[in-house]
Amino acid sequence: MNGSRAAALTVAWRLASFRREGLPMFPIVILATLALLAIFADFIAPHDPQVGMLGERFRPPAWQVGGSTAHLLGTDHVGRDVLSRLIFGARISMTVGFTAVIFAGVLGTTLGILAGYLGGWVDQIIMRVTDAWLALPALTFAIFLAAIVGPSASNIVIIMALVYWTRYARVVRGEVLSLKERDYVRLAIVAGCSKRTIMKRHILPNVVNSAVVLATLMLGVVIVTEAALSFLGVGVPPPQPAWGLMLADGKKGLMAGYWWLTVLPGLCIMLMVLSANLLGDWLRVKLDPQLRQL
Amino acid sequence: MSDTPLLEVEGLSTHYVSERGTRVTRAVEDVSFTLRDGETLGIVGESGSGKSTLALSLLRLLPPAARHVAGAIRFEGEDLLTKSAVEMRHIRGKRIAMILQDPMASLNPLFTIGDQVGEPLRVHEGASRRGAWERARELLGAVRISAPNARVRNYPHELSGGMRQRIVGAIAISCAPRLLIADEPTTSLDVTIQAQYLSLLRELQRAQGLALIFITHNLGIVARMCDKVAVMYGGRIVETGPVRRIFGTPAHPYTRALIESIPKLGDSNGRLTAIEGQPPDPAALPGGCAFHPRCPARLERCAVERPHDTAVGDEHRTACWLHG
Repeated sequence: MNGSRAAALTVAWRLASFRREGLPMFPIVILATLALLAIFADFIAPHDPQVGMLGERFRPPAWQVGGSTAHLLGTDHVGRDVLSRLIFGARISMTVGFTAVIFAGVLGTTLGILAGYLGGWVDQIIMRVTDAWLALPALTFAIFLAAIVGPSASNIVIIMALVYWTRYARVVRGEVLSLKERDYVRLAIVAGCSKRTIMKRHILPNVVNSAVVLATLMLGVVIVTEAALSFLGVGVPPPQPAWGLMLADGKKGLMAGYWWLTVLPGLCIMLMVLSANLLGDWLRVKLDPQLRQL
Repeated sequence: MSDTPLLEVEGLSTHYVSERGTRVTRAVEDVSFTLRDGETLGIVGESGSGKSTLALSLLRLLPPAARHVAGAIRFEGEDLLTKSAVEMRHIRGKRIAMILQDPMASLNPLFTIGDQVGEPLRVHEGASRRGAWERARELLGAVRISAPNARVRNYPHELSGGMRQRIVGAIAISCAPRLLIADEPTTSLDVTIQAQYLSLLRELQRAQGLALIFITHNLGIVARMCDKVAVMYGGRIVETGPVRRIFGTPAHPYTRALIESIPKLGDSNGRLTAIEGQPPDPAALPGGCAFHPRCPARLERCAVERPHDTAVGDEHRTACWLHG
């Protein structure tokens, strides 16, 4: 009850204090633009992203010979508007990225707190599972899971959460190990608080910082993985306009000179991942008391 | 005041056992003492003498490697060693409170003072958040913090060290405990704040009639604060008695050496008398009397036989062959 409130408050308070110190404009502008595009895709996109006009196949972008203003960024092999697909693709990447990061974060943080605070066999089990998990190559593991549960946007989220929770568990557990030696945690024990109360009120709010930083950094990883899975055909199923899927569809046209089918979605993925990483790095520096130089 | 003492510790032994059980550290060995309502007991000793382990034993908050191997801890007539974990949790903070070594670090930076002072009330008495804050205001007044109405809304970093100290005191007394254990609560404070804090503790003690166990290596504080003293060395109580007797006619050579090593103002001698040698390794205590390698009054049997606990006066006991 109180723990989550305090957690939200810390983040809000920190964010408020950043306003004075200047935000990293580049990643915020990119991510905000992509977010707006994703939210208002229905109103912004000029065409239906899933319906092509066969007469309009392989139209180059408007500024090239043969291009038209009806399709600013050209069309693909079935005549679908690339710009519209990119805009709707932002929605898929954003939704999958954020929900997967949150799911993985909640799962990993919970297990990390349990492992770190309870110690003993709970710790042993959770951390040995984590070790085994981390030993598996993430992408291969994700493909394996996708092959089992079948491709769909919601399954992708579950797969990502299952693949990436271990990172949180590791980081959070380490943090908890140092937190539980703090005197205010000891005082809570001496005051007769139950383990649950202590984990909720004294541990969780204090690990939220690290978890949020990690989540921002993980956002880029998750988006790339989603694109890779879609590219490989085990991610978001066609004809949905996922960026990775667009890359896969367009790769055959690359040699034929249809560069916009691959370069543009690739650019989108790059910009989004770069922004997420820049924001994550900046947050990490801001929230780390040692780097913050109080 | 009833006849049964508030706290009665009898033959308590706490050992640390290494993982394979090969190394046994006798941190607390055969310790007995009693404490009545409103009394103050000072437990004195060097680092490693077992005084902190003793304090943790009383609350049953030992690290996993530690074991209670013998003895009983009777609090209000009930043996704490037979209590379940849940029962102990209801005793901690409610009937026995503790102040930790570094009260400055004892506050969670993310919560307001009101939330933290009120926490034990919510845990133990099911108080509502509003009710707990209400009580928190009164408690802040009781520990003489000015403008308690404003302070409950503050976060720890907004307060001075002395204030945070008082707040930890307020948390300790929030559920009106019968016994307060203070484990070197003033080591991290400067001397003026120390003095203020000690008089505050005394005041609270008198106002609430609570018993106090004061763990320290500072004999000056013991002289000011305590009714009774127990001197620990190598996990055992080597001397115990009323504070006047201990300081007036110390019986054990270790106590005497401790008292002589207090710096005194206007001492023309210029040099401090230090105790020769090092405190013993608690995992490898010397045979016989643990103090014998450093003892200036050593007898031959001191290295061989452990001295018994003997009475040397009214409520004044010591374990030393000089009095055996």
